[in-house]
Amino acid sequence: MENLLSEYLPILIFLGVAVGFGLILLLSALVVAVRRPDPEKVSAYECGFNAFDDARMKFDVRFYLVAILFIIFDLEVAFLFPWAVAFGEISMTAFWSMMIFLFVLTAGFAYEWKKGAMEWE
Amino acid sequence: MMTALAVVVILILSAMLLGGLMAAAGVFTWAERRLLGFMQERLGPNRVGPFGFAQWIADTVKLITKEDAPPEGADRPAYFLAPVLAALPILAGFGVVMFAPGWAIAELDMGVMFVMGMLALTVYALVLGAWASRNRYATLGGLRAAAQLLAYESFLGLSLMGVVMLTGSFALGDIVAAQEDRWFVLVQPLGCVLFLIAGVAAAHRLPFDLQESEQDLVAGFMTEYSGMNFALFFLGEYLAVLLVAALATTLFFGGWHGPVLPGAVWFGIKVGIIAFVFVWLRATLPRPRYDQLIGFAWKVALPLALLNLLATGWIVVGGA
Repeated sequence: MENLLSEYLPILIFLGVAVGFGLILLLSALVVAVRRPDPEKVSAYECGFNAFDDARMKFDVRFYLVAILFIIFDLEVAFLFPWAVAFGEISMTAFWSMMIFLFVLTAGFAYEWKKGAMEWE
Repeated sequence: MMTALAVVVILILSAMLLGGLMAAAGVFTWAERRLLGFMQERLGPNRVGPFGFAQWIADTVKLITKEDAPPEGADRPAYFLAPVLAALPILAGFGVVMFAPGWAIAELDMGVMFVMGMLALTVYALVLGAWASRNRYATLGGLRAAAQLLAYESFLGLSLMGVVMLTGSFALGDIVAAQEDRWFVLVQPLGCVLFLIAGVAAAHRLPFDLQESEQDLVAGFMTEYSGMNFALFFLGEYLAVLLVAALATTLFFGGWHGPVLPGAVWFGIKVGIIAFVFVWLRATLPRPRYDQLIGFAWKVALPLALLNLLATGWIVVGGA
């Protein structure tokens, strides 16, 4: 476990350096940059007129649909990765069980397609 | 545990890599503007330094002096966190990229997974920044970003699965070593094309930049950002292009393999060529409509990626 974590330590150090560098830039901007806010400047940008209502608005449910579709296929990818790494050593049984898994998923995918979950007009 | 000396060495290497990446991203912005200029029969930035080469330094200095005005209704912690989230994960992704044999900050066994995870994290930056701005253009841009990045993420992993199957490893070093004789682009052409398409979308570059398309959304999720916070978003985008190019080089174009020149030089040349293709795409292709964009991901790319995976598995099993 300790070994596994120490593998990631260099990345952590690298990120530490990056954060330090970023802080220097942001702080220098804080020191150098002008700051003269006025009501026009700090109001939300709306192409030259005042906002009619809040930006926290209702939005299309299809954005959710994409996210739900994504969860299914991302899980599938999560299953596929260990299978792909061990691919050289696995048996025919393992190969065909993954094929059946993929077939079930593809059947579901075809059903979604037919139902029009992917139409966006 | 690591000795103090090793930590110091890593610190020095980190500083070098960071400096190199900042310079590379800066030079890339200049090269892109210049190339776009030539492709559109104009000059592009040519005043600061020889051939305008110092333009990116001047731009950085200018951005430091610019005012940052968070809008009134903004969610301030999220507003300031989002640009940081745009740049940091991409930098972390570069921590595992192997530029030449052994030339990496960290040699992870899970290298490919790590880079993919870091690329995927940037969607939070876009959505968070969009939501925190409390601006209607930004909100629309953030929604588009979320749906697009999810749709293209789903086949990004599938498209490179063939390479993982052929190598039997996630370590970037092993994958490049396996391409000594033939590059994986030759055995995985479809996977390579799909990966590059998903990569363009993941780096949200034209033609897949509907979340910031300036004709209808002003600047999308970045509308309310200015000054150094804008610079961080910008940096994140250009570093993401370079990271995708580095990953494509590693997975499909033989990494550091090449005749005569040292490995790191070959790696740099290949990344440069892929980055040039990104610019070329931007100059050539129009934006798709949003339904076409989402439709392409689900109806064309995803089935093709699955098919590629099945065919690869079939050939590997049949051949072995």
